[in-house]
Amino acid sequence: MQRSVGSSQVARACGLVCACALALVACFRTAQPVHFFAEGRPAKLSDWQIVYRDGGTLALNEGVVPYDLNTPLFSDYAHKLRTIWMPRGTSAKYDADGSFDFPVGTIISKTFYYPLAKGAAARDSNAVARTYDQSTDFSDKAQGERGLKLANVRLIETRILVRRAGGWEALPYVWNPAQTEAVLARTGDAKPLELVSDEGSKEPFTYVVPNENQCAGCHVADLKTKQIAPIGTKARHLNREYAYSSGNENQLLHWMKLGYLTGAADPASAPKNADWRDVAQPLDARARAYLDVNCGHCHNAKGPANTTALDLTIFAAPDRYLGVCKPPVAAGRGTGDHFFDIVPGTPQDSILPYRMRSNEPGVMMPEQGRTTTHVEGVALIEQWIFALRGTCDTAT
Amino acid sequence: MGKVAIAILCALAAGCSGGTAPQALSADDAAFQQKLQEQFLDAKPGSVIEIPVGRHALDRVLTLRANGVTIRGLGSDKSILSFKNEISGPEGMLVYASDFTIEHLAIEDSKGDGLKVNDGENITIRDVRVEWTGGPKTTNGAYGIYPVKSKNVLIEDSASIGASDAGIYVGQSQNVIVRRNHAEKNVAGIEIENTINADVYENTATGNTGGILVFNMPNLPQPGQATRVFNNKSVDNNLANFAAKGAAVASVPAGSGVVVNSNPKVEIFDNDIAGNHTANLIIASYFSTNYYNTRGVDPKYDPYPRAIFVYGNRFKGGGDSPDGLELKTLKTAMFGINGHFPDVLWDGYVDSKSLVNGLPPPAERICVQNGDAEVLNADGPNKYKNPKVDKASFQCELPKLAAVELPHS
Repeated sequence: MQRSVGSSQVARACGLVCACALALVACFRTAQPVHFFAEGRPAKLSDWQIVYRDGGTLALNEGVVPYDLNTPLFSDYAHKLRTIWMPRGTSAKYDADGSFDFPVGTIISKTFYYPLAKGAAARDSNAVARTYDQSTDFSDKAQGERGLKLANVRLIETRILVRRAGGWEALPYVWNPAQTEAVLARTGDAKPLELVSDEGSKEPFTYVVPNENQCAGCHVADLKTKQIAPIGTKARHLNREYAYSSGNENQLLHWMKLGYLTGAADPASAPKNADWRDVAQPLDARARAYLDVNCGHCHNAKGPANTTALDLTIFAAPDRYLGVCKPPVAAGRGTGDHFFDIVPGTPQDSILPYRMRSNEPGVMMPEQGRTTTHVEGVALIEQWIFALRGTCDTAT
Repeated sequence: MGKVAIAILCALAAGCSGGTAPQALSADDAAFQQKLQEQFLDAKPGSVIEIPVGRHALDRVLTLRANGVTIRGLGSDKSILSFKNEISGPEGMLVYASDFTIEHLAIEDSKGDGLKVNDGENITIRDVRVEWTGGPKTTNGAYGIYPVKSKNVLIEDSASIGASDAGIYVGQSQNVIVRRNHAEKNVAGIEIENTINADVYENTATGNTGGILVFNMPNLPQPGQATRVFNNKSVDNNLANFAAKGAAVASVPAGSGVVVNSNPKVEIFDNDIAGNHTANLIIASYFSTNYYNTRGVDPKYDPYPRAIFVYGNRFKGGGDSPDGLELKTLKTAMFGINGHFPDVLWDGYVDSKSLVNGLPPPAERICVQNGDAEVLNADGPNKYKNPKVDKASFQCELPKLAAVELPHS
């Protein structure tokens, strides 16, 4: 018995040494060029050479361009570093409404991370910050675009969307506790974390990394083609400025200059969703932008939620198909005892915010991608419904 | 003091946001789940995924996207997938695939629907039991077995128990056979909704709120029609309605044997329909569901049941203790405390624009040629003011519907 304990300790010590050795290798490796794998599933994120550890920074490789969305999808308050890379000499074709048409070889990455909670003992605690403040996330100076400052953040997962000859494929990678490597997690993962707000309140939750099929749950926006497609890389989401190391510039213009995009409309005339947090913008535009990016990938005429006759894309007319006075089709207990998706003026009687507020599978919407409530998002939608006019008369 | 207060607040908050924390899976279950998830990811046409004997705990939905896959257990009482501790779903199993067969296994206690098949063709569901093991509860998943927007669907020898909406729910599909199934303790036992060409036979629906339902919902691209309900037993469906308000079936009164709502071309024959306390057979329009409103319902939607043909059923008992104050009052006023409704209860809504000499056109009538069975016209449009029992007005015949044929059964 004692001997077996002893040998396992030896094995553990060896494992630690090996891990450290690997970490050192990872730390001091110089970046190789980005590697497009035309097939297969590389076991490690570093195999792709999209982002890499450079000392205290999660750096972006040459040609890897970061981007932001006007209004992003809510993912349990995680911050996201989005990047795109295309093979030299190739570019995407602009589309006013849908995702751009990207060349084979395009690699999109999205790294989900949290700023460390203020005063959290160490990165090995489960505490992460619940904040919209990104000012401390990035490395100070950069060769190329700014990466993440690892002393200030905890990396959770990096998702790769790769455009291969047969179409897009989605691969989730989960960061190790030492934050030296992310490894392929095809079947997903679940991590216990605790959100600590700026005011110090704490909310424990389980961060769920989707499995490959769940990736498709959002990224297959057309059930007939069943093709995986990127969600964020549409004109209306990208049409905004980004703080590049060369200075602020509109993302569409920047991509055009880099040769990553052809045929783009002038940003002034290109579609542009509102920033849901910008109170200077019209309430309706903010709410519709929020619904578009959080719900529209399923709730569109061709999507997996077209069984419900509810269309929450930015294109939906503001009528019953947007949910106004619409009786639910298959909400089951998701109704929360309410009769209509949206009752103008009465968010408390509307199904939409009820399901957004819930954290219970079977009730909550979206069905995946979060286990916590987006308090500020629910508040926005409630405010919007409150401002809608009219009634749902039930007279025959 | 402060700390205690915070602890209590946290506990309360945790309670509000979804109850007890999910239990982590045992190492064995976690390993089983990982392997099974990989099988679902790697499945290709021709793959057979076998579910071994045992109750296997999983905490995440199983999603299948490959066509031509079979999932096979060793019996719906032996190979059990339990989602009691599900953290990510909400379904137990979610299938976006065609040429799909699932057989001989059970799915238990999923947070949402048990088995959902969306947009598939040639679907076989055989000897599958979906059950919420804590009995009927509003917090159970909505649908047990739920093919939707699918074509050529066979559901046989299966069971659904405890669904908080419909047990076996076929939505927006085409060419469907539902046979030899058992539905118990659901709100709706078996529901055919917005579906074209469905045969529902040799099923048993008992102990539900409503036994067998044929519905059309508004705003959907496909209005349903042509359903045959025959040789079923729909008996003692008297469970108090436990659906959340606003759910499609929340308006179904407890004690409904067979219900047709707003759906045309329904043929109901040779069934044993007995002991359902509101009525053995209800024929109603969408106006009786409380969901109708001019802003939220497509004006092109047809809310009337048309061309309903009822014959040769064996009705017994029932109608003696209807659910809801209005129906209770109506029953007592017309038939006395110890009396009962006739076998068929019709809400009385007709499309007045279509009437010819006061009757719907011959091809759109409600025909009840079922021995002694009488129809109560509840006079719903006039708030039940002038209800009347009638038989003669319903003596008509409609052309019989063709049997559903499936290419793969």
